[in-house]
Amino acid sequence: DIDDVGHKYYLELELEDVLDKDRAVSCTAEVLYPLGSRTSAPDVQLTVQGELRSTEEADKEFYNRIRSLEKELVAENIPDSHGNVPPELEPIHLLAWVASGYVSWQNSTENTKFHLAQVKHVKQVKRSDEDLQFDYVLLLHEMVSQELLPWEVTVLWHPQHGARVSQ
Amino acid sequence: ANMKLILIFSALLGASLCLETFVGHQVLRIKTKNEEEVKQLQLLESLEHLELDFWINPSAPALPVDVRIPAASVQSVKAFLESQGIEYSILIEDLQDVLDKEKQDMAESAQRQRSSSFDFGAYHTLDEINAELDHLASEYSFVRKIQIGESYEKRPLYVLKFSTGGSNRPAIWLDAGIHSREWVTQASALWIANKIASDYGTDASVTSLLDKMDLFLLPVANPDGFVYTHTSNRMWRKTRSKIPGSVCVGVDPNRNWDAGFGGPGASNKPCSDSYHGPSANSEVEVKSVVDFIKNRGNFKAFLTFHSYSQMLMYPYGYKCTRPDDYAELESLGRAAASSIRSLYGTTYQVGTICKTIYQASGSSIDWSYDNGIKYSFAFELRDTGRYGFLLPANQIIPTAKETWLGLKKIMEHVR
Repeated sequence: DIDDVGHKYYLELELEDVLDKDRAVSCTAEVLYPLGSRTSAPDVQLTVQGELRSTEEADKEFYNRIRSLEKELVAENIPDSHGNVPPELEPIHLLAWVASGYVSWQNSTENTKFHLAQVKHVKQVKRSDEDLQFDYVLLLHEMVSQELLPWEVTVLWHPQHGARVSQ
Repeated sequence: ANMKLILIFSALLGASLCLETFVGHQVLRIKTKNEEEVKQLQLLESLEHLELDFWINPSAPALPVDVRIPAASVQSVKAFLESQGIEYSILIEDLQDVLDKEKQDMAESAQRQRSSSFDFGAYHTLDEINAELDHLASEYSFVRKIQIGESYEKRPLYVLKFSTGGSNRPAIWLDAGIHSREWVTQASALWIANKIASDYGTDASVTSLLDKMDLFLLPVANPDGFVYTHTSNRMWRKTRSKIPGSVCVGVDPNRNWDAGFGGPGASNKPCSDSYHGPSANSEVEVKSVVDFIKNRGNFKAFLTFHSYSQMLMYPYGYKCTRPDDYAELESLGRAAASSIRSLYGTTYQVGTICKTIYQASGSSIDWSYDNGIKYSFAFELRDTGRYGFLLPANQIIPTAKETWLGLKKIMEHVR
């Protein structure tokens, strides 16, 4: 408890790579939830101790594949009702997770727990610069209220510049 | 009622008389060489009396054009194409033949499915599940399908009763699918039903259990919601009851039980996914179970399946204090979680509802516990959020198998 400021949590985490189960990386984090307000996101400081796997090859391949599409990519319901994700849409799914992480962070309080339930809709928007742009409608599941909340998010992505999310 | 019957009959008659057939219809693939030819096809497209059905419309010279031509227009369209020197090939000689074959294939496949095994590793519709319940009841003499009530939209609430005899033996209750979007629960319940039925007589534990106790299994506790997840909204959780004075539909059936009803951890707003309803047991899906259990009596365990989170919980949810039997339930819960983990390494958190997930009033196991059913547990099955409600079908059987081990642990203790 920090008087007049909020609640601070000190965490020790293990990051598991979903695509590489044997690799786990330790992290430490400090999370500060501001007092009372529902308008500002918690402050997060994260230190990663160890190395994350390089994804250069896969990133480049995905980037080139999307850039060379004649028609802009459009997809919905990822995963579908039965939990299936077509292999070529898996990177789109992963990017959605990044976006949902951002939305969760911006909207988290000590009484919320968010998960990405489904990508309802995603549309690629061709750009004149080097970034890839995807406009998503994400369904976020909030555990405490059990509500499914739709969120519109735009993600810009580039192999060297990473992901940038805006709501 | 008679007027209605006549109306329905004549509607059906009318529909069958103008049933569309595709006898003699051909599907052509046209390969255009230039813009001029594309324009010719677009002209053709505009001639409505030909009733052409373009499966791929003419747009650019590089792309093929696929078109379905009714029997009456086939000759004239071909004549036109040939006179313009436009190349084409016949994709389908007679569409009706193709459709007839497809229908036959589907019927054969359905026939094969009916006589062979039910695919427990796939998600099914309500009708398919009910058919499998009938199948189990007909295959095993100690399995009976009973109806304990009707849903709001008048769908039967079917329970499988496993009983090898006796009169009103001590019983175990198990339900799944009270929250309709939690598809792995109904699916797992079905696998478990089949497992218990087929293991009786060969597995020592199951045999000993059913020789002493009865088991009641409700695989789809919320059939209206379940159908809705198939037809309209995969993420639907609640019942489908109309709420007076609101445009919103449905009550959270696991906030509707008479245990701390209306307290913290449930919403009084009809549009909320955790709306507790106008009063305890207002939902017929809940009341039917309450009445059945009270009327039969002698239940020793009340177990319910939810997803997701991988948790095994016991009371209380409506208050954050420990139940009297805390020590025993905690210990049994840990043993069950251990059994679950032994198969594939899936880890479960164990504890009271309030401490493990959140405070929630009006939940089913709180009601059962406060009504004398000591062994009251709620399972939250796989996963922990990667797929959540949309758990891939290939995880159904692993989930069911590991959950079964936990269930067995509990049932052996109850016995």
